[in-house]
Amino acid sequence: MSRSTGNWAALQTIRADLRRHWAVYVMALPVIAYYVIFHYGPMYGLQIAFKDFQPAKGIWGSPWVGFKHFVSFFNGIYFWRLIKNTILINVYELLFGFPAAIVLALLLNEVRNGVFKRVVQTVSYLPHFISIVVVAGMMFDFLGRTGLINQIIGAFGIEPIDFLKEAGWFRFLYVSSGVWQGVGWGSIIYLAAIATIDPTLYEAARMDGASRWKQTLHVTIPGIMPTIVILFILQMGNMLSVGSEKVLLLYNPLTYSTADVISTYVYRKGVLEASYSFTAAVGLFNSVVSFILIVSANSISKRLSENKLW
Amino acid sequence: MKPTVGERAFGYFNILLMIGLCVVTLYPFLYVLFASISEATSFLQHSGLLFGPAGFDLRAYKAVFQNPMIIKGYENTLLYVTLGTAINLVMTAIGAYVLSRPNLYFKNIIMFFIVVTMVFHGGLIPSYLLVNQLGMMNTMWAILIPGAINTFNMIIMRTSFQSVPVSLEESARMDGASDWTILFRIVIPLSMPVIAVMILWYAVGHWNSYFSALVYLRNSEKYPLQLVLRDILIANSTDSMMTGSASDDKYAIGETIKYATIIVSTLPIICLYPFLQKYFVKGVMIGAIKG
Repeated sequence: MSRSTGNWAALQTIRADLRRHWAVYVMALPVIAYYVIFHYGPMYGLQIAFKDFQPAKGIWGSPWVGFKHFVSFFNGIYFWRLIKNTILINVYELLFGFPAAIVLALLLNEVRNGVFKRVVQTVSYLPHFISIVVVAGMMFDFLGRTGLINQIIGAFGIEPIDFLKEAGWFRFLYVSSGVWQGVGWGSIIYLAAIATIDPTLYEAARMDGASRWKQTLHVTIPGIMPTIVILFILQMGNMLSVGSEKVLLLYNPLTYSTADVISTYVYRKGVLEASYSFTAAVGLFNSVVSFILIVSANSISKRLSENKLW
Repeated sequence: MKPTVGERAFGYFNILLMIGLCVVTLYPFLYVLFASISEATSFLQHSGLLFGPAGFDLRAYKAVFQNPMIIKGYENTLLYVTLGTAINLVMTAIGAYVLSRPNLYFKNIIMFFIVVTMVFHGGLIPSYLLVNQLGMMNTMWAILIPGAINTFNMIIMRTSFQSVPVSLEESARMDGASDWTILFRIVIPLSMPVIAVMILWYAVGHWNSYFSALVYLRNSEKYPLQLVLRDILIANSTDSMMTGSASDDKYAIGETIKYATIIVSTLPIICLYPFLQKYFVKGVMIGAIKG
């Protein structure tokens, strides 16, 4: 009895609120529609990973096949190659790109001259805004058989190398160009963290006679540790994903053996060769593993320190 | 406390290092600029770093500006940038406004469903099939609509909207203002710094993107500039631009045309960048505090 009156009262308040703020609910409609269609729509479509999708029958009408596509992906000849390439690119980025931004932030923090510091920052952020197509295009020009790099090493008597056609060079080029493009931008977040460190900590350290190096080691780095840990967690969560955009531009069949990653494989097989169900399964596998990775990285970090994403 | 010898030495070394970083960052662009205004055959004969153009010739730029694909790509990109950013802004702003209302019903549920999409998404193929099913394939809507809201940006904007003083809204409501008036006359004008950051982020994103066009567009008439660039820079198709010149000359100018294309497509960003840089950085700071 009281329960139903409670519901009735709640309904009344909702109706009153709807009348008063109807505009807010009208505004909510396109936003909700957008999320339902363009975010939950693809999630609904993911069921084709367990079906044999036939365009004529639609997503719902296509027959279920269970884990067939997953099994054929796991047993496929490219499975281990794709996993290895994806992880290795991430490991290289973790080893070189990740610390590079931290080191740059620490070095910038040591620059005393404010104007010079701002100039360096402005310059180092610039490549972040250059499109990936232009960056890849410049790499083709510089690294081609007759390009600038070969002209320079040629002066030292080294035979020209067709860098982008040799599988052995791909990871190095991919990661180092990524560092070139992203190191400055990546340092912003650490600089912001450094700026929030309590200045009295530095004063106290100076009182104790700490050199600048000791101050960096014992004040600055501990001060930005939470930021480092959180970005590290995020990076771990991405261990099994490499965006297809840049790889698609830089790779070619000669370098597939080191360059082909899960996302580019999905693009080739799915969009170009129309194996929709199979590639939906590959994509789902990738999402699920990434999800597990980020959750475990978060809980490990929670256990070891105070830092966590959620 | 006076710096020690070691600290002073490190200071100089650090400055050298930073100058080195600037050189490494900027020189590739300078080389491209010099190459693009070089005379084609002397550029080919030149070997090693360029410290100025090898000869001087603007024919490469003439070829670029006469290329109908590039002109069309430029037009398309301008359309996608303006229309796309407008859609992004309207959708993000109303979403942020709705979520910033303190006593909206179902707010927590809505928020939960939105945040889930940041962690988990259907992926390329289901999205591709969806766009196909909606009949947006090979239309500009396939590029503009699926990315209409960047959830992260919407949450940043919501945080900014929440900091608008409640008293201002209440007095406006007393005067009979509707939610639309409050959003467009009070909340948005008071959040201009964040709105500016959003405009820049969305606009640069549209300017630089090529992947959705690659996936969803079939008709090269609709290609944005970045996709045209991809054909020229990476698939090496400069032939169409060099009609009428002898073949040796043709190869030579083909090289400088590539560099001129890079300059033409990147110049707007490089020119605007120094003025806009602080807004971008401000945006990262807002995001960092939030995240």
